[in-house]
Amino acid sequence: MSEIFVLAEHRNGELRDVTFEMLSGARNLADKMGATVTAVLLGSGVNEMAEKLKSYANKVLVVDDPKLENFNAEIYQKVLSKLIKDHKPVVTLIGHTAFGMDLAPALAVELGLPLATDCIDLDAVDGRLVVTRQIYSGKVNAKVALKGDQFIATVRSGAFSIEEGALNGEIVTESVTIEDVPYRRFLGYEEAEVGEVDITQADYIVSVGRAIKDQENIPLVQELADVLGGVLACSRPVVDKNWLPKDRQVGSSGKIVKPKLYLAIGISGAFQHVAGMKDSGLIVAINKDPKAPIFNVADYGIVDDLFKVVPVLKEKIKEIKG
Amino acid sequence: MDIIVCVKRVPDTSEADVVITGKDIKKDDLPFEINEWDNYAVEEAVQLKEKFGGTITVISVGDEDANEVIRRGLAMGADEGVRIYDPAIEGSDGVTIAKILAAAIKNMKYDLILTGAQAGDLGEGIVPVALAEMLGIPHATLVTGLEIQDGKAKVKRELEGGLMEVLEIDLPAVIGIQTGINEPRYVSIMGIRKASKKEIKLLGLGDIGLTPEDVGEAGSLTVLEELSVPPVTKVAEIIEGDPAEAASKLAEILKEQGVL
Ligand SMILES: Cc1cc2nc3c(=O)[nH]c(=O)nc-3n(C[C@H](O)[C@H](O)[C@H](O)COP(=O)(O)OP(=O)(O)OC[C@H]3O[C@@H](n4cnc5c(N)ncnc54)[C@H](O)[C@@H]3O)c2cc1C
Ligand SMILES: Nc1ncnc2c1ncn2[C@@H]1O[C@H](COP(=O)(O)O)[C@@H](O)[C@H]1O
Repeated sequence: MSEIFVLAEHRNGELRDVTFEMLSGARNLADKMGATVTAVLLGSGVNEMAEKLKSYANKVLVVDDPKLENFNAEIYQKVLSKLIKDHKPVVTLIGHTAFGMDLAPALAVELGLPLATDCIDLDAVDGRLVVTRQIYSGKVNAKVALKGDQFIATVRSGAFSIEEGALNGEIVTESVTIEDVPYRRFLGYEEAEVGEVDITQADYIVSVGRAIKDQENIPLVQELADVLGGVLACSRPVVDKNWLPKDRQVGSSGKIVKPKLYLAIGISGAFQHVAGMKDSGLIVAINKDPKAPIFNVADYGIVDDLFKVVPVLKEKIKEIKG
Repeated sequence: MDIIVCVKRVPDTSEADVVITGKDIKKDDLPFEINEWDNYAVEEAVQLKEKFGGTITVISVGDEDANEVIRRGLAMGADEGVRIYDPAIEGSDGVTIAKILAAAIKNMKYDLILTGAQAGDLGEGIVPVALAEMLGIPHATLVTGLEIQDGKAKVKRELEGGLMEVLEIDLPAVIGIQTGINEPRYVSIMGIRKASKKEIKLLGLGDIGLTPEDVGEAGSLTVLEELSVPPVTKVAEIIEGDPAEAASKLAEILKEQGVL
């Protein structure tokens, strides 16, 4: 019976959610393909992690080697390509994460296998993998078919919800000879700088996007945050342009926030942003584009120019709060 | 140091009412621009050139309109522009675009290749890492810090949650640039006009040793089957009225919901 490989992603000894999400999504796909699910775990001293994966997979394939302790795209590629050549899994799933983005394209090229990235859905049609991915910043879904009989796909974080597993996969350990790395050396991790404001602790967040256009306009939204008794946060471009410091960024490469109120102003709602705020209590979006994806996560929306809405909103809130 | 920067011209759909027509979207009324990530990549190249000297070549796979973003790169400080095109290229997937770039670049002189970490239109994030593998050189993508020293690059890769991975890799390498790594300089219309006098070298498939079968749908291992409007799972309740009315109603709603 053919296998679906799911590459377990972990950092600092912790399995990351995307691993369990992919394992959950893979079970469905496995049913359609008449395949089994194998969690592939590369690392060093990973017994505990392997145990955690057992209930989500039919098999846990482990390569345990000190050289695999920290993710290194080059070494991981070598081990993974060997495993794929030996086991011939029909599908290999990798997270569309900083880790997977650095690994999957090189792996696919080395093996000559088709690759679809950032998939939000996986389907099998006549034994072939057909994926759904989003293009044009989430405004269009694209269905992409992969040719051949073996496929690689990277999967968006949050695309599948984690379903508790009732399997009891056997842990199988393999050893793979890992030659020394010729060209890539891991030097360490660096934590983001800690700033003055911790947006993850705020109950009220006013978050502003690229549409604020200029640093000069920041006070407008800062004042709104002030009257609400909340903090000002932002999307990535606002940080990239140095209009606000990095510790204000909400999203996959910023902070995850769960305030009582998240007011998204001039933010389109890219999935990397939504990943950081979707679990907020009440979500309100102000955006002049009625088709902006942010309206699919918001509870309330105003479709208009932020520069016209925000000043009035600020005054009204002041009035109500007295 | 000789640097090659890969750039793509992409439509800006952030405020557009996107219309699907077959396997593409209607693009005639959309504004186009240089892919945001590539703008940071060109700036990074220009800053490295200012420090170490050398040349910058901007390269793009695309039809004549792609000259626009190549010229923009020249205006920012690049020395040469190269465009690769053949009608057969339409329908190429990300790995195939990398194959086309690799075929052209392998005959060029370079110490470093910079790309964007992803193109904002299709969001694949394939080219930098696939290109490096094809050229047989190291890579790192999602790079927000780059220092060159003694033939090596010390790079910071951005991971989730604001964590960085610090690596050292040998050169030549392909580096996929993440936004925010620098502050791209302003490009004036005058600058672009001046740059437009420079000739952009055009390469066909034959020039880079490829045939129409190597590219497009025929040469790609993935095929776009159909486009659709994403199903809506949740829609916000839109507060109607002019901006002042809507803002007032919103304030009332916030009060009712107990957040004020
Ligand atoms: C690896 C990776 C990690 C990332 N991590 C993050 C992250 O952590 N956080 C994050 O936010 N992004 C992140 N991004 C970037 C993300 O993909 C988007 O590019 C970004 O979120 C877009 O920000 P935005 O919504 O502010 O800008 P845009 O997408 O440009 O949207 C601007 C919006 O403002 C609206 N608008 C314009 N003018 C007005 C006006 N006058 N009034 C009202 N509305 C107006 C427009 O209709 C549009 O919807 C990441 C990307 C990558 C590749
Ligand atoms: N048609 C193209 N021509 C030149 N470079 C490209 C092209 N498509 C993608 N790239 C480069 O590859 C990067 C990543 O794009 P992608 O893999 O398509 O998401 C872009 O930021 C560009 O630097």
